[in-house]
Amino acid sequence: MRADAFGLPEILAAAIVLALNAYVLTGGADFGGGVWDLLARGPRRGAQRELIASQIGPIWEANHVWLILVVVLLFTAFPPAFATLGIVLHIPLSLMLIGIVLRGSSFVFRSYGPRDDATQQRWGVVFAMASAITPILLGIVVGTIASGAAGDAGERLAARDATFASVYLAPWLSLFPLAMGALALAMFAFLAAVYLALAADDAALREDFRRRALGAAAAIFIAAFGGLAVAHVTAPRVSGVLTGSRAFAFQAVTAVAAIGALWAVWTRRWRTARIAAALQVSLILWGWVLVQYPFVVPPTLTLREVAAPRTTLELLLGALIGGALILFPALAYLFRIFAPKVR
Amino acid sequence: MTDLLAARSQMAISLGFHIVFAEIGIAMPLMMVLAEWRWRRTGERAYYDLARRWAKGTAVLFAVGAVSGTVLSFELGLLWPGFMRHAGPLIGMPFSLEGFAFFLEAIFLGVYLYGWERVSPRAHLAAGIVVAASGAASAVFVVLVNAWMNTPVGFTLDAAGNFVNIDPVTAMRSPAAFQQVLHMLLASYAATGMAVAGVHAWMLLRGADRAFHGRALLLALCIGAPAAVAQPFSGDLSARVVAETQPVKLAALEGQWQTMRDAPLRIGGWPDASREETRYAIEIPDGLSLLAFHDPHAEVRGLRAVPPEDRPPVAVVHLAFQTMVGLGSAMAIVALWAALVAWRRRDLSGHRELLRALVIVGPFGFICTEAGWIVTEVGRQPWVVQGFMRTAHAVTPMPGLVAPMTTFTVLYFGLGAVVVALVASLVRETSGVRS
Repeated sequence: MRADAFGLPEILAAAIVLALNAYVLTGGADFGGGVWDLLARGPRRGAQRELIASQIGPIWEANHVWLILVVVLLFTAFPPAFATLGIVLHIPLSLMLIGIVLRGSSFVFRSYGPRDDATQQRWGVVFAMASAITPILLGIVVGTIASGAAGDAGERLAARDATFASVYLAPWLSLFPLAMGALALAMFAFLAAVYLALAADDAALREDFRRRALGAAAAIFIAAFGGLAVAHVTAPRVSGVLTGSRAFAFQAVTAVAAIGALWAVWTRRWRTARIAAALQVSLILWGWVLVQYPFVVPPTLTLREVAAPRTTLELLLGALIGGALILFPALAYLFRIFAPKVR
Repeated sequence: MTDLLAARSQMAISLGFHIVFAEIGIAMPLMMVLAEWRWRRTGERAYYDLARRWAKGTAVLFAVGAVSGTVLSFELGLLWPGFMRHAGPLIGMPFSLEGFAFFLEAIFLGVYLYGWERVSPRAHLAAGIVVAASGAASAVFVVLVNAWMNTPVGFTLDAAGNFVNIDPVTAMRSPAAFQQVLHMLLASYAATGMAVAGVHAWMLLRGADRAFHGRALLLALCIGAPAAVAQPFSGDLSARVVAETQPVKLAALEGQWQTMRDAPLRIGGWPDASREETRYAIEIPDGLSLLAFHDPHAEVRGLRAVPPEDRPPVAVVHLAFQTMVGLGSAMAIVALWAALVAWRRRDLSGHRELLRALVIVGPFGFICTEAGWIVTEVGRQPWVVQGFMRTAHAVTPMPGLVAPMTTFTVLYFGLGAVVVALVASLVRETSGVRS
């Protein structure tokens, strides 16, 4: 191994994944909240929706900025990767953006618009639908990158040997990316259910979200193993890495976190559940990193090949450190003010 | 419609939509903080109501600004991958800094909007100040990128067309940086302040509560009027940088075809690209030479100095420039008038002629902003990076771009209509306010 095997490009790539991880744990859960708004049922559905709105309200915009940070860091540090992904993933990314726009706007339209039932319901439906569709598209995008289909499409385009469908549609409209879309949706819903159970003041409401958390945990299980089975057939590189010896320890830790999260939800240890659920979801995300390292866009563009010049990377790292020194205290302040009361 | 035109249209609509919310996000927090500060100082209930209501408006408009800004950051890659591939390492720096500024803005807006009963009065006011300051900082960083596209520095071009020897810090200090940032910040305060003043002037004309709307009008004018008066001077600074660094853009916005000394300033007129002349304009002798170079005999380069394929669409740019200057001047005059009335210690809220004028110029700031972006963006065509990269080389190879363009256009027009209706209902609610 070279002495500089972990250099600036790797550090910045790690920072991007950390920012994405933060987005998943915070912004992802906000989308998950919207999913439970969509699925609000039973005598307490009004209370469920109120709890969701009150939990998302003060923080969703700050949580959303993580995604913007991921995008700007990616195009600053690895511009050719951003360019390639922008081209071949144009359609799913555009659809995801529409979801992001509709989710955010409908949420404030509902919060600040007329209080009559018809208006509330109209924006509530848009908010809930957009909350459910956006994570699926995010998962599809990640799945397309991880499986190597995005990189292959970029190659076909460069070789001028491509139909529209083979570059812009087929890569993401296939089983593995769709399975990853389902997995992202299940993970976000699971996080949200656990956070909401912790935040609920009312015992019955807490039980509502406990049942939902258990359901979402089952959905994660199905989507993850379904995805692995699909990968075995359609994306052998992904399943090869994930079932290989190198990943064994990693998979074992993920399994422990998953079982721990399930146990904590089952036994109503909510604070433990929150930590274990966040850990489980984070490990699944880092599993993706493990699958495609050292590629940004497998199987063609590696970190080193597409990294911006050293000057840019150095300045960017400096900006990240400086920014983090301001950002983290500010975020801690925000979450301390609006944290659910500890029981 | 060609794919290039569709991509440019989508970017124009996305930016044209976002910029309105971005401006409001910069200026509105300052106004709500000012109102809250007046309330805490004077204890007058009207200021408290005002801060709460302006905050409500800010919440809606900021959210739409945040999501439409996200769209733009993705569109850089979705529409202009060629640009990002080469320029990313140079302009990523201000975008990253903008990311952090936006973070602070979003965090403290959350604290401000939802923290009235949860944090101390001092902390609440401070949160509002952080929102206002980081909103302005975001604008500074984003405009630095645009200034670089107009006056690119901090790299050399190798034989293969790659940007090498890059220096992102120099790129942030491009020749147009200061003037463009100043112009955009003033535009934000002028457009938002004067628009809000227009809304409250309208309510006053309709006989709504004077204690509430009169105070609102005065505070809005405190932000909007000075900026509106300063803006023509900032525009003069900008025009002189354009004259030096982007002569073709200057020629397009003035409709100047021929290279000449003693160039006249044209008011109105229609630039005819086929005849290569601007017709029906009122010409003020030596005016352009004087304004652009502060010398009535200075030579101004005309459009004919460059081949037609290097010229922007002149009519659009000229018309947009005339609109910006004309409406901007009207705003400045009304702002001065308001200042004069206030200075004479006359009650603004009873001055019906002034109120009517304020209502009329209310939307001018946003129209000027749109026109100004058309001037700077269309005026730079056919370049995305002035003199170094053509827009046609930056666009995505994906065909059928008219489809996403149409989709986002419909989406934004729909959202725009909802926002207007919602803000109108928030304003109508205030007609019942009694202090």
